[in-house]
Amino acid sequence: MTGEISSLQIVIELLYLVASVLFIFSLKWMSSPTTARHGIWAGEIGMLLAIGGTLLNRGMSYHLIAIGLVLGTIIGVPLGRVAMTAVPQRTALSHAFGALCVTLVGSAEFYLRSPDISRFMMSVLSLEVILGGLTVTGSLMAAGKLQEILPQRPLTYKGQNLVNFLLLACALVIAITLVLHPENRSLFPFMVLIALTFGVLLIIPIGGADMPTVISLLNGYAGLSAAAMGFVLNSKLLIIAGALDGSSGLILSIIMSKAMNRSFTNVLFGAFGQVQASAAAGEEARPVRSATPEEAAAILSAANRVIVVPGYGMAVAQAQHKVRELYDALTKRGVDVRFAIHPVAGRMPGHMNVLLAEADIPYDRLIEMDEINGDFPQTDVALVIGANDVTNPAARSDATSPIYGMPILDVDKSHTVMVIKRSMNPGFAGIDNPLYYLDNTLMLFGDAKQFVGSIVRELGGGH
Amino acid sequence: MNSSSNLINALFIFVLAGFIGFEVIRRVSPLLHTPLMSLTNALDAIAVVGAIMLVGRHESRLATIFGFIAVVAATSNIVGGFLITDRMLKMFKSSRPESGSAAKPAAK
Repeated sequence: MTGEISSLQIVIELLYLVASVLFIFSLKWMSSPTTARHGIWAGEIGMLLAIGGTLLNRGMSYHLIAIGLVLGTIIGVPLGRVAMTAVPQRTALSHAFGALCVTLVGSAEFYLRSPDISRFMMSVLSLEVILGGLTVTGSLMAAGKLQEILPQRPLTYKGQNLVNFLLLACALVIAITLVLHPENRSLFPFMVLIALTFGVLLIIPIGGADMPTVISLLNGYAGLSAAAMGFVLNSKLLIIAGALDGSSGLILSIIMSKAMNRSFTNVLFGAFGQVQASAAAGEEARPVRSATPEEAAAILSAANRVIVVPGYGMAVAQAQHKVRELYDALTKRGVDVRFAIHPVAGRMPGHMNVLLAEADIPYDRLIEMDEINGDFPQTDVALVIGANDVTNPAARSDATSPIYGMPILDVDKSHTVMVIKRSMNPGFAGIDNPLYYLDNTLMLFGDAKQFVGSIVRELGGGH
Repeated sequence: MNSSSNLINALFIFVLAGFIGFEVIRRVSPLLHTPLMSLTNALDAIAVVGAIMLVGRHESRLATIFGFIAVVAATSNIVGGFLITDRMLKMFKSSRPESGSAAKPAAK
């Protein structure tokens, strides 16, 4: 690597430089949906240049590389064609793949170079392998929970944080030993093994509602480990790509944790254990008002302004296409329909936007929380579909509530609130929602898809 | 020493790229956070470059095997990541003709 640089090496490095610039443009163009598709082109061209440049290196044997590229493509194509509702688990799976690549390359580099590894190099290599390893299993666990292969409920036990902390400490002790004595090759597998175990334990206590934060965080970890790999291989391109990915994951984690009123340190140290709700709240059955699809349709068609608040329940019920029909039916009658998107609605950042865009709802109708919250008092009907905690007014008023302080959509301020919900069972987090007992709230009991479908039929029939 | 100057260079690049990433990604519309994540995922799979070198150089059997698996994993991220990002972005349509920029909702 060091010493004189051949002209071929210069060509390769220049190709990497162009690729880095294209990667930055690729992300820059994501700032607006009108330019975002250029971003993909930039990213793809950058990727082709980088891979092409790498293949120019002398003394390479190509046949295994070619098989690997073909095999990867065969696996990648179906992963690019999953249903939009499955995007969160696909994303988690791809974090795992990315981290697997980094961990394997790091491990191979260790065995190729040890014991001739400088202290700094060994520190970065340890960081690469530990971060990579925990991201592999952590992401696989997250994907399993999202795909519902694994139980979605958070599993907590006594001393969980202590166990995790001790495990991490063990990995660090091994890492430090290796930094000082890189000839201890037999220690290396233990470090990887501990990182892999740590990843599993890190995700066990995490419930579905925390997934947006966790996926963002794993994204950041994957990026950082790739950047560390760049240090090890002395590859500027990798450092840049890793830094971009790392900062993206970091920013998204910050946005998500803010939207859940969690401190960022709380997120960083992986203490995402779902706050246990006090079961005492709302013991006695309080009266709720419910309505039929006919009544709901009548109220909606009489409204001027409607805001729909979608949540994960809409995705579970696959109701987004019915919601689109409702949007069409109401818009045809001159009702102004918009959608209020809470940052943590769904199972990953931006999840709701993708599902609604898939159902052909124009993106300029999808409004962020901060922009739309002031409009609820002038709204005739807020229709909550499959969202719970993000509409819970206890977050504003009840200091004892586990979600107190979390920014919410102020649906309770609109003239009428309609909530489509299967039953009165508290949501996933087990937190009671006082919204359901308000005088201006109507509960619409039933499956989101069927209920919205019935409303649409009513609206069609009445016209 | 060459290796330590390499290290300082690398550190400069990392920090500066981190700042660029922060500024660029801060401006990404929350509408597109899901495609953003799948795109960064595909870009991050540039790690395939390191894996390709491992496989191509054949320095040891272990390195070749690890490198091969790494090439497969990273390539599937590149292909799958770009594919799904493109699919998602194709779905985002404005309610108005393409000319105007999507700043504020049309109503009132």
